[in-house]
Amino acid sequence: MTSLRIFFVGGLMSYRAMFNWLSPWILIPSMVVSPICQVLLFAYIGRSAGVGSDAFYVIGNALNYAAIPCLFAMGATIQGERDGHTLGVVLTSPARRLPLFLGRALPVVVNGWGVAMVGVLAGTLLLGVRIPGSAWPGLLVVVVAASASCTGLGLAMGALALRVRESAVLGNVLFCLLLVFSGVNVARADLPPWMGHVGGWLPLSHAIEAARGVAAGSGLGDVSGLLVRELGVGAIYTAAGLLLLSYFEDESRRRATLERT
Amino acid sequence: MTAALRQLAVCYRLQLRALSTSWFDGPLAIFFPLMFATAALLVYRIHGDEAAMQYAGLGAAVMGMWTCQGVVASSLLQRERWAGTLELVVVAPVSLARVLIPMTSAMATIGIYCVVVTVLWERWVFDLPLQVESWPWFVVSLLMAAATLSLFGYFLSVTVVRYRSSWSLGAALEYPGWLLCGFLVPVDLLPDWLHPLSWAIPTTWAMAAVREAAAGTSPVRDLGVCLVIGVAYAVLAAWLGRRLLESARRHATLALT
Repeated sequence: MTSLRIFFVGGLMSYRAMFNWLSPWILIPSMVVSPICQVLLFAYIGRSAGVGSDAFYVIGNALNYAAIPCLFAMGATIQGERDGHTLGVVLTSPARRLPLFLGRALPVVVNGWGVAMVGVLAGTLLLGVRIPGSAWPGLLVVVVAASASCTGLGLAMGALALRVRESAVLGNVLFCLLLVFSGVNVARADLPPWMGHVGGWLPLSHAIEAARGVAAGSGLGDVSGLLVRELGVGAIYTAAGLLLLSYFEDESRRRATLERT
Repeated sequence: MTAALRQLAVCYRLQLRALSTSWFDGPLAIFFPLMFATAALLVYRIHGDEAAMQYAGLGAAVMGMWTCQGVVASSLLQRERWAGTLELVVVAPVSLARVLIPMTSAMATIGIYCVVVTVLWERWVFDLPLQVESWPWFVVSLLMAAATLSLFGYFLSVTVVRYRSSWSLGAALEYPGWLLCGFLVPVDLLPDWLHPLSWAIPTTWAMAAVREAAAGTSPVRDLGVCLVIGVAYAVLAAWLGRRLLESARRHATLALT
């Protein structure tokens, strides 16, 4: 029961306290304007190059932008404790680490999902893309999987934020790598083979492929393999994040580096 | 005159050093547009059209200049405020313009680094050597882009000083700038109602001048328009800066966070 309380209540409180993009003055430019503009930018690049359809870029870039809250919010919910000098209090509490950190991930998954859907909805409306009504429920599910796996990467990044000072730089670098390697604007099959292979081990790749399939009329069952792979990749990063958190926590106690900024 | 030049040089040098030691304002400001340029070039490369690759390659090289200015300039005064140095900037015995323009010029210098890195990246990674007919005009166009962007950055920095989260506004300007300035997409391809917005940004004209220089035609007209628009933003910023400072002093809101 305590673990459940930590997971849901603690996670939500940490998210609200640490993730200062909840202010509408930051949220609207960052979470509404920017994803729409990224979708439009690449849709027009696609039109100019005569490559792909608007739907291709809407799906790819909207899902790619889910990475921004997933990476930065997870980083902020851990690094924010250090900046606020409350990390020591958190780590000396008797709370189990699994619900403590995974609880922080749940609101982030919802946030990432919302941002991606803003991009998809606005992109379809502004560019006149038609996605069949029957595809939307499947699309909602696929975006949840994308957001969850990306949050796994965010957790691993958050763990590194215990050691790396420039977590904002790290988040931007990861976001850019996802943009280039995950088949956001060029299908993985059209990327150089080594890039396509790397992309297969990153979050978003399989979800973007699945979302494009669903938007084109495939059922969820048809893309279930891709969804399983997406969730599997996310689970790997989540596990890596939890292991890194445990390792850095132990080491920071041993070396007295917890509050080092 | 000598004192004024020395003050401008000191301000520029200090700001350039500060930017160069920041991972966010230095290396990331180069890496971020470089990755977007890579994504765009990967799209253009699919058809293997040489002319289209040259078009995208030129734009991709210059687009980083916009990134280096937009995000940092928008939060320039806010950063001074957070650092507790805004009051010192305001009470300095020189005009705000003479403090801010060297700062935005330092950002434009990071933008020039970005152009060099992207040109080398295109050559080594995409095997895309840029074909430029007139290198002198090409360099002049780039310098004009940098100069007018620093004036535009000055305008941005004073315009958003009352907006507490100005960095997020600056970040949100990144993609629209890339789209409107014609770096990767011809302005003609955008909806008609967006054209006046494109023409109102000096970088659109600088980018057109870069393309003229690369094609071997005269970029003088584009450079002239670019300069006029850049100076207009500087004049507007100087007037706005005075008004905002007077207001901040009158209402005691300079240190507002």
